[in-house]
Amino acid sequence: MKTPASFFKTFFLTELIVGLYVTMRQFVARPNITVQYPEEKTPQSPRYRGLHAQRRYANGQERCIACKLCEAVCPALAITIESDVAADGTRRTTRYDIDLFKCIFCGFCEEACPVDAIVETRIHEYHMENPGENIMTKDKLLAIGDRYEAMIAADKAADAKYR
Amino acid sequence: MSGVPDFVNTLLPFLPEWIRAVVFYGVVALILFVSVILTMAFLTLAERRVIGSIQARIGPNRVGPGGLLQPFADVLKLMLKEIVVPTASNKFLFIIAPLLAVIPALAAWAVVPLWPGFAVADINAGLLYLLALSSAGVYGVILAGWATNSKYAFLGAMRAAAQMVAYEIAMGFALVGVVMAAGSLNLGEIIEKQSGGYFSYFFWWMIPLFVVYFISGVAETNRAPFDVVEGESEIVAGFHVEYSGMAFAVFFVAEYVNMILISALTAIFFFGGWLSPFEGYPLPGFITAPGFHWLFLKLAFFLFCYLWFRATFPRYRYDQIMRLGWKVFIPVTLVWLAVLGVFFAYDIGPWSK
Repeated sequence: MKTPASFFKTFFLTELIVGLYVTMRQFVARPNITVQYPEEKTPQSPRYRGLHAQRRYANGQERCIACKLCEAVCPALAITIESDVAADGTRRTTRYDIDLFKCIFCGFCEEACPVDAIVETRIHEYHMENPGENIMTKDKLLAIGDRYEAMIAADKAADAKYR
Repeated sequence: MSGVPDFVNTLLPFLPEWIRAVVFYGVVALILFVSVILTMAFLTLAERRVIGSIQARIGPNRVGPGGLLQPFADVLKLMLKEIVVPTASNKFLFIIAPLLAVIPALAAWAVVPLWPGFAVADINAGLLYLLALSSAGVYGVILAGWATNSKYAFLGAMRAAAQMVAYEIAMGFALVGVVMAAGSLNLGEIIEKQSGGYFSYFFWWMIPLFVVYFISGVAETNRAPFDVVEGESEIVAGFHVEYSGMAFAVFFVAEYVNMILISALTAIFFFGGWLSPFEGYPLPGFITAPGFHWLFLKLAFFLFCYLWFRATFPRYRYDQIMRLGWKVFIPVTLVWLAVLGVFFAYDIGPWSK
């Protein structure tokens, strides 16, 4: 049913002009939200769950005590741990592998860990070039932990009061 | 028709008169061709940046400063691509169709008056020539759709044919009003008739005709929201679905050159082309003086409108396009032509002087 008012609206394209106003407002008055990625980055939370790392204590001793809680909690069965008694009589892992292809980055391992040994860092820009590189071995995890200890410690400190 | 300027005669005195004319107009046409193609190239960039900004994106800004070299990167990519000719297609027509689309688009620029007293070919029936060429341009689209021998392309071609016929009529009728007011088919004279500042532009007396003309122009060039000919969501890419590489690029060039042409013509017919809107005001010379810069500014505004429309409106349904063309635009123009006739009969308006 065409009332005179609706005819007027149709004929003078009022709805179209409203639409043009909306786009023009965006064009002149609103900022573009694109982030120029490699140069600019969006802010990250200290809780960001990226690439895994294993930490050490300040004296250089590795934190992991091979309790296998992370292995047990891992929903994707991405963690494989073998343990033995080390030379100094402590219980240590001889093998600690995380398969990044299986990992779903849920962060349960981090939460389960009683000694804050396994953590997920904020590193999200990494790649693999050959088959097998998706397995994060203990050495690789410890290397990442050593390299980014400052960042990891700061993130843990920032998040500590919520835990 | 303006003759060959003196410096050409002194530069090439050993050539016969007619060869001098051929050389002069050949060079002028070449310069015009290159300028139009460059404008078209940067229009594609402007389109992507403007639509990007409207959609809160940035658009291409990586190739060259601010993305200025993006068009050249695109051309390079298209040139290196293979032109695939479908086995079942009519090969001759398939190759010739892009040319049939682009040649009328470029040839139409011959009669466009660029600055006071200058058009490459200052012919008396310039407006008829333009209407003829814009009608001829549809052959490229239809032949491309038919020669491809694909159902999608053929659907696109059929849509193009119906749409062009419908809007050509509305467009022609809208120009009848301009011709009535100007009393001439020569584009230069149409512009001169509008001299006397912004209020003597035909636009004020022919707002309905202007709206019909510009919207028909958008439809004629198959731009959004009238781009059912391409209709990505329904018929993939319409008539150029099987075109690749430079063959596709030529269609692209034709579309954008047509856009620039329609914008220039809208500026000429309704906004006084190269005339300054501030004629007679006490302002610096280049603002009050007529010149190419005014045509360019007006043209750029209408080109912006093209991009603005594309970013704003969803595509018309095909039957709605037909309805708009036949049942709205043609009656509106006819009614307004009658109104204009009354204006003339009682000497109302700027043409009474």
